[in-house]
Amino acid sequence: MAKGKVDINPEFCKSCEYCVVSCPKKCLAVGEKVNSKGYLYVVSANPDDCIGCAMCAQVCPEGAIEVWR
Amino acid sequence: MDKVYKRTLGIQEGVVSGFCPGCMHGTAHKLVGEVVEELGKLDKLVRVEGVGCCGLGQAYVSHDTIIAAHGRACAVATGVKRCSPDSLVYTYQGDGDLASIGLDETVSAANRGENFTVIFINNGIYGMTGGQMAPTTLIGMKATTAPFGRKAEEHGYPMHVCEVLAQLKAPQFLVRTTVDTPQNVIKTRKYIKQAFQNQIDGKGFSLVEIVTTCPTNWGFTPKDSITFLRENMLAEFPVGVYRDKDAGIE
Ligand SMILES: Cc1ncc(C[n+]2csc(CCOP(=O)(O)OP(=O)(O)O)c2C)c(N)n1
Ligand code: SF4
Repeated sequence: MAKGKVDINPEFCKSCEYCVVSCPKKCLAVGEKVNSKGYLYVVSANPDDCIGCAMCAQVCPEGAIEVWR
Repeated sequence: MDKVYKRTLGIQEGVVSGFCPGCMHGTAHKLVGEVVEELGKLDKLVRVEGVGCCGLGQAYVSHDTIIAAHGRACAVATGVKRCSPDSLVYTYQGDGDLASIGLDETVSAANRGENFTVIFINNGIYGMTGGQMAPTTLIGMKATTAPFGRKAEEHGYPMHVCEVLAQLKAPQFLVRTTVDTPQNVIKTRKYIKQAFQNQIDGKGFSLVEIVTTCPTNWGFTPKDSITFLRENMLAEFPVGVYRDKDAGIE
């Protein structure tokens, strides 16, 4: 079972990808769907690898990510 | 599992910021909210903001906000803090606002050691108005008002606000930091907390300069703007503590 879990609010995400490059486990990726503002939002592509370190949430400028551990 | 990172109450629930993708104004807003929430003083928080993209924060934060005339935030914050000493007052200003049109108010408030906190966003450009040269624009960096790049002979050198203010006796805390990595975000949160704690303890003028990206006006993707920030902005504007009276850094 994964040690952590992220919840990314699709409406807040602007696809800057700061979280994608900051995740030490490479869990996150730009998804295939767009939100109502037209941004391809980030999703947890490898949720099983998440350790709940919250590095993604720390760098997120939009406060879009909440993390559980 | 326990929630280990939540969205701060310092920004409005369900509201999307007006900032461009990758703009670190958002990170700075979030950090102020997190710190003051942790200090339990969100209900006492008064924001005095400059003119620029910081104005987008007015509809984003959840606390009281005053928009000062361009450059006058430190003068307005002086009045607010002196009349309402129980309020936790901070100014939130860009480099055009704080270091160009508002340099007088900034230096004077610092020189008086006014007891409020300054959050200074240095992105090396006028963001809101479309990319004009700021006092902090790098040599060689293009701006709409310096289409061939900034030249020292014509436009002067980039202004180092922390170093300039460190010549004054009064300021309590002057620090330059950035938010490009999770580690630097954590460090910046610590500095912002110290800057607000100084105010609660009545220690006087504290300024946190955050070197940030403006992907839109720099003309980069957010990821490339981080590379530019690390290779160019941080080379001109070294991070570090320029004054911390408590730690004996004068
Ligand atoms: C008295 C006055 N002069 C000029 C302007 C136009 N103006 C609006 S924002 C701005 C500069 C903002 O740049 P900065 O402070 O660096 O903030 P940023 O948008 O980059 O965050 C200027 C010159 C104004 N609003 N008022
Ligand atoms: S113009 Fe620049 S400073 Fe303004 S919101 Fe966009 S990226 Fe941020």
